[in-house]
Amino acid sequence: MDTPDTAPPQDVPPSKDDLLVDSPKGPRRGSGTSATVPALAGPQRGRGKVRIGDRLFAGSSRGSGIVLLVVMAAIAVFLTIRSVNAISHDQGNFLTTFEWNTQEGAPLSFGIAVLAFGTVVSAVIAMIIAVPVAIGVALFISHYAPRRMAQALGYVIDLLAAVPSIVYGLWGALFLVPHMLGVNAWLNQYFGWTYIFGQSQPGAQPRSLFSVGVLLAIMILPIITAVSREIFLQVPRMYEEAALALGATRWEVIRTSVLPFARSGIISASMLGLGRALGETMAVATVLSPSLLLSFHLTDPGGSTIAQNIATQFGESQGVGRDALIASGLVLFLITLLVNGGARLIIARRKEYSGANA
Amino acid sequence: MAKRIDVSGLNAYYGNFRAVEDISMTVEPRSVTAFIGPSGCGKSTFLRTLNRMHEVVPGARVEGKVMLDNEDLYGNGIDPVAVRRTVGMVFQRPNPFPTMSIKENVAAGLKLNGVRNKKMVDEAVERSLKGANLWNEVKDRLDRPGAGLSGGQQQRLCIARAIAVEPQVLLMDEPCSALDPISTLAIEDLIGELKEQFTIVIVTHNMQQAARVSDRTAFFNLSAVGQPGRLIEIDATEKIFSNPSVQATEDYISGRFG
Ligand SMILES: Nc1ncnc2c1ncn2[C@@H]1O[C@H](COP(=O)(O)OP(=O)(O)OP(=O)(O)O)[C@@H](O)[C@H]1O
Ligand SMILES: [Mg+2]
Repeated sequence: MDTPDTAPPQDVPPSKDDLLVDSPKGPRRGSGTSATVPALAGPQRGRGKVRIGDRLFAGSSRGSGIVLLVVMAAIAVFLTIRSVNAISHDQGNFLTTFEWNTQEGAPLSFGIAVLAFGTVVSAVIAMIIAVPVAIGVALFISHYAPRRMAQALGYVIDLLAAVPSIVYGLWGALFLVPHMLGVNAWLNQYFGWTYIFGQSQPGAQPRSLFSVGVLLAIMILPIITAVSREIFLQVPRMYEEAALALGATRWEVIRTSVLPFARSGIISASMLGLGRALGETMAVATVLSPSLLLSFHLTDPGGSTIAQNIATQFGESQGVGRDALIASGLVLFLITLLVNGGARLIIARRKEYSGANA
Repeated sequence: MAKRIDVSGLNAYYGNFRAVEDISMTVEPRSVTAFIGPSGCGKSTFLRTLNRMHEVVPGARVEGKVMLDNEDLYGNGIDPVAVRRTVGMVFQRPNPFPTMSIKENVAAGLKLNGVRNKKMVDEAVERSLKGANLWNEVKDRLDRPGAGLSGGQQQRLCIARAIAVEPQVLLMDEPCSALDPISTLAIEDLIGELKEQFTIVIVTHNMQQAARVSDRTAFFNLSAVGQPGRLIEIDATEKIFSNPSVQATEDYISGRFG
């Protein structure tokens, strides 16, 4: 073996240190220790001097918190009062009436069932389509694509997430709806027996909840993808290496270390998307031909969602009619609250396995 | 079970940077070989070429031969995934899977190998945890998260995970550097037991540790920062620590001990 004739680096640091201490310019070490030790160890440190910055920050953050709570409470009170007012004037049953007659002049009769059904169904369709695709795309960007391509794709996804929903709506009405005709016919032929994909009038305009779901899926795909990608990139390298060293293939690395680690993040990302899908208004209103029929034939035209109904009816309603719309908004708010609560429960259930404390 | 490793003419690169240069050595089966040397001389890099973990770093590549008994790990048609199942690895920082329980952690490698039989898995988990001297401490909480153990216990859990798949060789990169003296001692004892079954290579900055656990010691050095690391000498541990044949080795070892 051939020997490079070098001094081992271990010898160097001590001699350097000695130089530092001896040199007139470098008494840092000595004075530093003697000055800092008592200051850190002093008993007055426990209670501490009140610093003006701390005080300002504590005060302003507490203040903002209180303001936020007060505003929230005020909104809740307002919505509740108006909703109760509307429901007490309802000639029908708010839970079971399949109508929404809130125009002036006509007797008030409205019910939330069809709207809630349409909202939930279209959002569920959107999630079923979007979440797996988004996870796949995010994994591709974070773990499979070459770096250049990953960067470009990531950029495009971020851009797509920022496109206003009315643009999606127009694209949906002008492009997606005509193309859904063929899809619906195919679904009717092969999956008509499932009932939900059967059509009562084959060939009808596909301005249906299913088309809305597909459009919503496309709309929420970028946001779920963008957030999931960030989370996948944050999985510590050491867990991936742990799996690799056990002889895991790339997919097995993803399954054993990336996905479990990212689980709660994926749920949060999906909730972001779901929130958007539940509350989406313009895109739905552009694509759907609304009707107050509750039908499980999801590819039949018709149906309505809460947000879309508010947008369509708002101009024609006055007084108590508007309060009825507020009541429906409150229901939408409750649905969102329930869904988020559910997601939190799922995340909390396996908190100690989350890796957050690792 | 244990296999001999024969390395010849090995160079490892990160992109254009050559991190280790022209390494040739033999690692004897059923023995402990320690790698020592200053920081940055390529010990970890070289260790990771022995189970083809080096190439998972983007842009990294390896030249040369690593023979495991009669098989060239870098030969044509060799699957790196299969290599890593034969040559296990324990990392510097304990890295049990945070989303898995203690039992799932130990069973992770078995699962990857397609072992589904519950009884076999349970037996292997118990055997590996006993092998890693961890069984008594965790047998009542196998379903608790692995990340809830102490650092030393986590490292032994990682060793259990690595030996559960019964590798031929076990590579350890500074397995004790994040641990207290008592946990370190526990792992050193464990290494002494494991060498009955496995070929073990351990990187360490702790000379006493190298002297305590290893049969042979390899000293690596680099001529300057930015230069590739090289193997200076490899010999029986007593020889390296009492009477090394190269001056640089003696300087390094005595420098350490003051
Ligand atoms: N991922 C990487 N990309 C680029 N260069 C790297 C990478 N990892 C290590 N290197 C370089 O390779 C050389 C050898 O590093 P290595 O980690 O193998 O040293 P080491 O002997 O294990 O040091 P230590 O004792 O500090 O762990 C160093 O110059 C280091 O900067
Ligand atoms: Mg290292």
